[in-house]
Amino acid sequence: MASGAQGAKGTLYRGREGMWSWVAQRVTGVLLFFFLFAHVLDTALVRVSPHTYNQVIGTYKNPVVNLLEVGLVGAVMFHAFNGLRIIAVDFWSKGPKYQRQLLWVVVGLWAVLMLGFLEPMMQHTFHEWFGW
Amino acid sequence: MSTATVQEHVETSASGKAGIEMMTITVRIRRYNPEVDAAPHWVDYQVTADPTARILDSLHKIKWEQDGSLTFRRSCAHGVCGSDAMRINGKNRLACKALVKDLNPTKPITVEPIQGLPVLKDLVVDMEPFFQAYRDVKPFLIAHGNEPTRERIQSQKDRDRFDDTTKCILCAACTTSCPVFWADGQYFGPAAIVNAHRFIFDSRDDGANERLEILNDREGVWRCRTTFNCTEACPRGIQITQAIAEVKRALITRRVI
Repeated sequence: MASGAQGAKGTLYRGREGMWSWVAQRVTGVLLFFFLFAHVLDTALVRVSPHTYNQVIGTYKNPVVNLLEVGLVGAVMFHAFNGLRIIAVDFWSKGPKYQRQLLWVVVGLWAVLMLGFLEPMMQHTFHEWFGW
Repeated sequence: MSTATVQEHVETSASGKAGIEMMTITVRIRRYNPEVDAAPHWVDYQVTADPTARILDSLHKIKWEQDGSLTFRRSCAHGVCGSDAMRINGKNRLACKALVKDLNPTKPITVEPIQGLPVLKDLVVDMEPFFQAYRDVKPFLIAHGNEPTRERIQSQKDRDRFDDTTKCILCAACTTSCPVFWADGQYFGPAAIVNAHRFIFDSRDDGANERLEILNDREGVWRCRTTFNCTEACPRGIQITQAIAEVKRALITRRVI
């Protein structure tokens, strides 16, 4: 197909909020899939032996994984709220008209809840890194 | 056309008098000649343009004065026929409706063919897959039973129900702005769904179920991911994503309202 021959050097399509929220929905969706994959594997270890399970979970107790956790919460929240927005676009008769405003509600909720989550989630890391 | 006025502008700006300031713009066109080129490439052209003129005027100037081999489609040149849809500065628009001043003329203005359809030459793409999807949704009145002796009467309210989707000019700006269509050329695409919507919600038409079944296909309305690129790109301002959502809902509830 010639669309392939058009190659990587064509311009990036300048979509607006709708397109970028779709991209973010895809990216967070794929990330969540990988998390669930790892999560099923590590949880299944409890069937091997509770000791192995504890060992593996023990390796998660460090600031890097804590940061990944924060990312996980962020991805889950965006994916969930934007998912509700997409449902509204499809099933609420005024959804398509207010899709942009709905996205700002999603982003706003996400930001407020992330700020709220940050302190309790990262308490230990803050303590280790900065001695707070 | 307006050659005389254009020359007048050149004179006034040359003599420094107030008037429309002509400017030199760079038009960066993605060119491709299948007989010579292995791949499409960008070529820059310098043209003087009236900021309030359309980008189509600049394409004409390039073709007529600089390089006659530049190939693009246009017919009416006034936003009615839908021949000159192209990707201008990264967005699908009609070249005859995009004004130079709205395109940030201080930077090169990029012009490329619409994406997702095979490029034949320069800005000309093969529209056949697009028209095939259009024909597949049966874009004509299907009526059973007794023919009325006079016209088919319809209330103003019933007519208004599908008014938005009657505006389509089949320029393909919507379908070729859709990421789903780029990735999967089998997808019916926004334009075909818009034209199905135009008949599905027409009170005089009896073919709604037939068309809904066609769009219930794996490559039908369910492929839509509501990116709203189609709605943003439509030069007629059709609320396309809304129309697609209405078809989705009609398929779920099996009610056309």
